[in-house]
Amino acid sequence: MKKQVKGNLNDLRQGAHNTWEELETSALTVRIGTPTCGRAAGSLDTLQTFRERIAKEGAEAHLIEVGCMGLCFAEPLVMINNPESGLPPILYGPITYEHVQRLVEGFVLGDDPCLELALGTVEFKEDGTPYIPEMPRFEIEERLILRNCGYIDPLNIEHYLARGGYLTLQQVLQTEPEKVVSEVEQARLRGRGGAGFPTATKWKLCRQMEKEPKYIICNADEGDPGAFMDRVVLESDPHSVIEGMVIAAHAIGASRGFVYTRAEYPLVMERLKVALAQAREIGVLGDAILGSGFNFDIELVGGAGAFACGEETAMIASIEGQRGMPRPRPPYPAVYGLFGEPTVVDNVKTFALVQRILEQGGEWFSRIGTPNSTGTAVFALAGRVEQIGLVEVPMGTTLREVIYDVGGGIPEGRQFKAVQIGGPAGGCLSESSLDLPVDYDSLKEAGAIMGSGGMVVLDESNCMVETARFFVDFLARECCGKCTMGRLGVKQMLLILADFVKGEGDEEDLDLLEKLAEDIGQGCLCHLGGSAANPVLTTLRYFRDEYEAHVKEKRCPALVCKELITYYVVPEKCERACDHCVLTCPTEAIVTDERTRLKKVLQDKCVKCGTCLDVCPPEYSAVIKVSPPEKVKELEEAAGG
Amino acid sequence: MEELQELLKTYPANRHSLLRILQAAQRQMGYLPGEALREVASYVGVSPAEVYGVATFYNQFRFIPYGTHHTVVCLGTACHAMGGQLILDAFERELDIKAGEITPDHEWSLDRVGCIGCCTKAPVVVMNDAINAKMTPFKVEEVLAGLGLQLKRSTDSEGEEAGEREPQ
Repeated sequence: MKKQVKGNLNDLRQGAHNTWEELETSALTVRIGTPTCGRAAGSLDTLQTFRERIAKEGAEAHLIEVGCMGLCFAEPLVMINNPESGLPPILYGPITYEHVQRLVEGFVLGDDPCLELALGTVEFKEDGTPYIPEMPRFEIEERLILRNCGYIDPLNIEHYLARGGYLTLQQVLQTEPEKVVSEVEQARLRGRGGAGFPTATKWKLCRQMEKEPKYIICNADEGDPGAFMDRVVLESDPHSVIEGMVIAAHAIGASRGFVYTRAEYPLVMERLKVALAQAREIGVLGDAILGSGFNFDIELVGGAGAFACGEETAMIASIEGQRGMPRPRPPYPAVYGLFGEPTVVDNVKTFALVQRILEQGGEWFSRIGTPNSTGTAVFALAGRVEQIGLVEVPMGTTLREVIYDVGGGIPEGRQFKAVQIGGPAGGCLSESSLDLPVDYDSLKEAGAIMGSGGMVVLDESNCMVETARFFVDFLARECCGKCTMGRLGVKQMLLILADFVKGEGDEEDLDLLEKLAEDIGQGCLCHLGGSAANPVLTTLRYFRDEYEAHVKEKRCPALVCKELITYYVVPEKCERACDHCVLTCPTEAIVTDERTRLKKVLQDKCVKCGTCLDVCPPEYSAVIKVSPPEKVKELEEAAGG
Repeated sequence: MEELQELLKTYPANRHSLLRILQAAQRQMGYLPGEALREVASYVGVSPAEVYGVATFYNQFRFIPYGTHHTVVCLGTACHAMGGQLILDAFERELDIKAGEITPDHEWSLDRVGCIGCCTKAPVVVMNDAINAKMTPFKVEEVLAGLGLQLKRSTDSEGEEAGEREPQ
């Protein structure tokens, strides 16, 4: 009986492998990325149009829905492999439904590769097309967690099997659990949830507990605004996480697992449900896994929209049906966790890496990255950067490489100002930190944290005081309310910052804010609260001049804070006959002088939405923002009324 | 409430199921009226105050119904950096309600969310479950007018012409 099941999986994998090889070498394939962000860009329309066109033309092409390819700036992304053309697979983007006809006629039915729509080739070099592996992005990137993302169909377990899926699990089940833990220990893997706690230490502690049952929780409650790595991994390659979880369960002797994910991620829930059912079907999950005596199953738990539940003890409370409030540690969940039993809580990416470590060996993994932060880190690069997307780089890569070489720098010739790392509880680092290697310890020293990996780039058009206010506002809203420092301290920081952005604070408030932030850093119950001070402390440390401009001069240097700016139409630049600003103003706050046709902003009606600035044709660029607001009077007087 | 009774029977009557029951009840009804909370409390065997305490802790639960058109404005870090607050302002201005409210005719409801993880398309808005990417205050008006809202400012033919120009 035992051998039969195992044999089946090998047969299944061999079959899947053969189909995959055939698909890769001789079939015409069209891969379309349909993760949540691809969908936001219209990839479902692209997919549907391809489907209709291909059916109509009777073309023999395989449409494969894949996950995130990482190059989110060019979504919707399409990759076509036409072996008959003799050309390598070509990546296209952005491809909306309007381009589909051209691609079908050109490269699906014919041999015209439509290079005008291409981003580049992915295999060997062809003249004229950028060769993607040579783009600086791919020289720096090293994809361990994301290796299947955007390449395989996440809903097709055969694709995962064809790429060696569940082979590691088969081998692991033959080895002693201690051996698995020691492999992870040798890899010096640190938890990818943000705090960077050594994974093997946690596992050992849980393994040594004599209590049964034991539980495993996969933390997929990616609540940090600006982060979407876990979503992408689960949407694009769910089986790698499931395999990692089963391996971990074997290592610590757990019988039940949970994936706790966000209510805001419906596609993750949908795809995980399918993947879990498939895993049970082929016998890698459930009773007597692969014919061994090992039983383990995974349950999917949908969060209900509470940021605090990303903290492990709060998550446990939430799975138990309670309010998601953290409790003091120790005891750590590995000792006293879900329903009071020993529990290991790890991040999505940690489990994906566990699979890689057991596949390639801990020694191999420990050679990637830096000695204290081994392996790779995945970052969600967003904000004011040219090539936004998902990036996986070895630990120790500098921020400059990530932002400029991988991200392509700041768009529209603007100046870099700051990079916000580690979610709302992380920190804002300035230009002086750009050569900092990205690893747990360097970031901590600079005042930020690795966090879960959100990296939002800010440029000169972002105000740092307002940015700090935003994070503190978020944390104040999401604070669970249990400890005084979290509940009232964070709220007080918010009130002070809210004054600053209105130009109402004074210098004493600046000192008070700094003192308060330091106290909160020490006095909070959980690390979410404790790190709530980071956005304030780092912006004060690196951008004190901006605070001082707000407080002393009532001026917002970045021209962002609404109460401190006014819009003004420069008479010398205004074209006069053009009425774009007048017609689009939502509050009819721009009027035309009947005699001169010049436009004037009625300040009492203006809501400072910025539409006039957006619609003013670039050849005139007549609408400007000025700060402090009184400056507009000077300008009007200088212009003669 | 009969439907809720049916639904409750499919869940074990214990404290641990509370969150799932509330989620299922909201899926069924669209929101959680007071009566439903009391029903759930008596089924699970805890006080209504405790159920209310759990329900109000989580952002997902609503205590007012959705409008015919429901809008959620994302205010995550990336959306904020790209002007998300201006988008929320535009919705609040045009709909004449604040985030978390519904218009008196129950046509429009508005919410804010911490982050939906679509940071590369910032600022984003989820309207009737579809994601609208790279929003501007001007696009907000276009989308609302497209769904039949009478905009605050008069839109004559000239206005539509100007509207054809995509804001930068």
